[in-house]
Amino acid sequence: MTSKNSSKNKSIGVVGMGSFGTAIANILASKNPVIAYARRAELVTEINDKHSVDGNPIHENILATQDPELLCQSCDVIFFMVPSSAFMDVTRLFSPFLYPYHMIIHGTKGLCLNLPKGKKLEDLPDIRRENILTMSEVILKETVVVRVGCLAGPNLAKELSAGLPAATVVASKFNEVILQGQNLLRSDKFQVYGNSDIIGVELSGVLKNIIAIAAGALAGLGLGENAKGLLISRGMVELIYMGNALGGSLKSFIGLAGIGDLVTTCNSTLSRNYTVGYRLAKGETLEQIQATMEEVAEGINTVKLMKNFMESTKNRAPITENLYKVLFEDLTIEEAVQYLMKYPFNVDVDFL
Amino acid sequence: MTDDYIKHKYDPILPQKDEWPVVKLSKSRKEFVKKVAEAAKKRILEQIGGKMEVLKEELETTHYREKLRIKQNPWAVDPDDDYEFWNKVKSALVHLSADSTLNKTEKKKKYTEILDDITMRYAEEIASNFQHTHYKVTRSIVTTGFARLLNAARVKGFKRLFSNQYTLQDKIQIIGETEQLRDLASKGTIIMVPTHFSNLDSILIGWIISVLGLPPFIYGAGLNLFNIEIFAYFMNSLGAYKVDRRKKNLVYIETLKTYSSEAIQFGVHSLFFPGGTRSRSGKIESKLKLGLLSTAVEAQRANYQKGMNDISGKVFIVPVTINYHFVLEAPSLIKEHLSITGQERYYQEADEFSTSLKISKFLVKFFTKGSDISVSVGKAMDVLGHYVDQDGNSMDKNGRVIDTRDYFMSNGKINVDTQREEEYTNRLGERIVQEFHIINRVFSSHLVAFTAFQLIKGENKKMDLFNLLRLPEEDIIIPYETFKSACQRVLDKIFELKEKGKVHVAPHLRQDMDRIIAHGLDNVGMYHAKRPLVQDKDGNIITEDLNLLYFYHNRLDGYDLEKLI
Repeated sequence: MTSKNSSKNKSIGVVGMGSFGTAIANILASKNPVIAYARRAELVTEINDKHSVDGNPIHENILATQDPELLCQSCDVIFFMVPSSAFMDVTRLFSPFLYPYHMIIHGTKGLCLNLPKGKKLEDLPDIRRENILTMSEVILKETVVVRVGCLAGPNLAKELSAGLPAATVVASKFNEVILQGQNLLRSDKFQVYGNSDIIGVELSGVLKNIIAIAAGALAGLGLGENAKGLLISRGMVELIYMGNALGGSLKSFIGLAGIGDLVTTCNSTLSRNYTVGYRLAKGETLEQIQATMEEVAEGINTVKLMKNFMESTKNRAPITENLYKVLFEDLTIEEAVQYLMKYPFNVDVDFL
Repeated sequence: MTDDYIKHKYDPILPQKDEWPVVKLSKSRKEFVKKVAEAAKKRILEQIGGKMEVLKEELETTHYREKLRIKQNPWAVDPDDDYEFWNKVKSALVHLSADSTLNKTEKKKKYTEILDDITMRYAEEIASNFQHTHYKVTRSIVTTGFARLLNAARVKGFKRLFSNQYTLQDKIQIIGETEQLRDLASKGTIIMVPTHFSNLDSILIGWIISVLGLPPFIYGAGLNLFNIEIFAYFMNSLGAYKVDRRKKNLVYIETLKTYSSEAIQFGVHSLFFPGGTRSRSGKIESKLKLGLLSTAVEAQRANYQKGMNDISGKVFIVPVTINYHFVLEAPSLIKEHLSITGQERYYQEADEFSTSLKISKFLVKFFTKGSDISVSVGKAMDVLGHYVDQDGNSMDKNGRVIDTRDYFMSNGKINVDTQREEEYTNRLGERIVQEFHIINRVFSSHLVAFTAFQLIKGENKKMDLFNLLRLPEEDIIIPYETFKSACQRVLDKIFELKEKGKVHVAPHLRQDMDRIIAHGLDNVGMYHAKRPLVQDKDGNIITEDLNLLYFYHNRLDGYDLEKLI
């Protein structure tokens, strides 16, 4: 078993200094030295010279580098905090320097496509489970690291940075990874739970983004709190069906990473996915929104993937399907809401 | 791995029998058994956290179950003093729990002594009785005896009794990574994991190991096989240790695992049938029994702990598939499988190899008629499922050399983490299943059985499996042309998979379709009284036994070929 003070002197790696990566790096830095990987040279200089990220001050224990090799050599435990669109590339970049003794914990709430060489999403007649990778599956596929974990839960970066109380889930098949994550992250203001169903926890974080977009849209239309309650509970059902189809367990979806995160994101203007829905309802187009957002809203890509997956496996997911039509076709949000109100859901809870 | 078989004579890698790990082990059998018993005891005490109450309960459960076994399911092979021994355990247990003069530490000591007796008895029972002289005899029986039979059947004329034109290697073709296996066996420790369809597999594999010039492997064989004299002789001489599936108590299982782990650490090559038992459905094993497999992972870690960081301490996993047209026990296997999955009735392990006569008859048939067998040896892997190079170095998928030892490290040190090792064992199990599908070699008989069954299933879409299998056989007729074109579609897909390196095919599948079908029909389940597939007088395809057809069809399960029909 890992001893309590095990990682006292070793540095902890953080790959990706977006808002969530920075928030986690700060938490980690209060206990251990942190080495952060950033792609942009000016950001590396800013972190090392001014101890700040885009003007916001960060912990002095954080050193930045552009060198994956240096980071891998100095750290046994590495947190991957990069958006899903860049995840595969970053993982491949680090892969040559990763060894079997490394542990990787990621905090990315998105999915990757795994397509046969030279094929595009449009080329495939249907999307099967093996065409979709969660981030932990990307790590397992691309590196020799086996001890992999993930972070998920209601963790809005801005609130974490402000030091408000919160909790997270560290999920891994390996107890030692969970213990390691708890040792490194836990503090008076940050509670850390463990879960062995890593796929279920990852999917919770990923799929809830779909519902978050829808919640933003409802709010943007000013449809009220009843409608939101309806959406969250029906969204939960849909989330569980999709999650089961991808191999997650029901238990994880009703935990902190599932329902906990769902409630937070569906109520928060701080959430990127929520914001996408909100602005759509206010009449902006997807291109306009994406052009002005600083960071990626993972939910958009997830809607696309999941809609294809559910169709290919001959399952229905009414909220996701309609959201897809709103985002990528010309259905209006009003029409989508109307469609959903007519949809014959007749059983309240049929998954327990 | 190439599809083509090359007949080859292999020199023994260790010419001196005294160098054979298995001989070294049998020479120090007594000390080894003691070591195993001691280690098993330690391990059990660790598992129960050293708590006396738990230990007492475990011992009582063990005693209770053993008594039940003796009463309900006695076997010829059981020792005469079985009843006596467990009676002694009982009286010791009764005494101890009634004795109020002893304090806690003394009691614990006494209970541990009882545990000691039991692990010692189990270890003694499990341990193999390898004897080199018997091994030599057996080997010559198998090779020369079978070769005579074979030549008698194939070479015409008076000289046939003395002909050496055909050897067993023509009958049983060995393909795949044989050179790598030989190479690694001389440097590290091999765990061979074959698919398991028939009781003959262990003898077959024993013969293959000897043909490849490898020293004998030890392996766990069901104790029930030792009930039959001829098998007992073969098994013992091939280095089998005994696995008693009736004993499901913690003490026995831990002793068994310890035996396996210690033997691997001793450097003895082992053979695991990772399915645990013969595949009853005829499918390639997809869920492996991980108990014994976990001892490979454990032994690897233990070797690293002892500082054996070079290849001499490395454990290599070598998957092997045995490909048949015909499985002797198919009728009873599939019956059992269906009754288990159908949950119609309780089943008891049946022994279709009940007499030595029956086996001899089968062997004569087997060697005098057609129906070839091929054995595919897969690439060696480390205990995490990474391929290894000629020197036994593990490689990642980009060919970078990595150190397996690092997987057992935490904070720069090797540590024991049983939960971690459990996960590694799961991974290894999945990797072995993947490799099985890759090295599996498709035969014409698999193709025809698969296609025919899927066609029948497609005709009766609304039926579940059990209703389907209850269809009257005389009602099922597949027109030849329909059958032929369906076979072609499946075969095309199989070749496509082969191009991607996902399966292998036998050379006889490279003829025109009519000949492939004829070959397949001739061979599929050829010695069964009721044939799974035959042609009627109009040339159409019919079946005499749907269950058997299902069994042979299952061999191609897991390749996603179903949708082609």
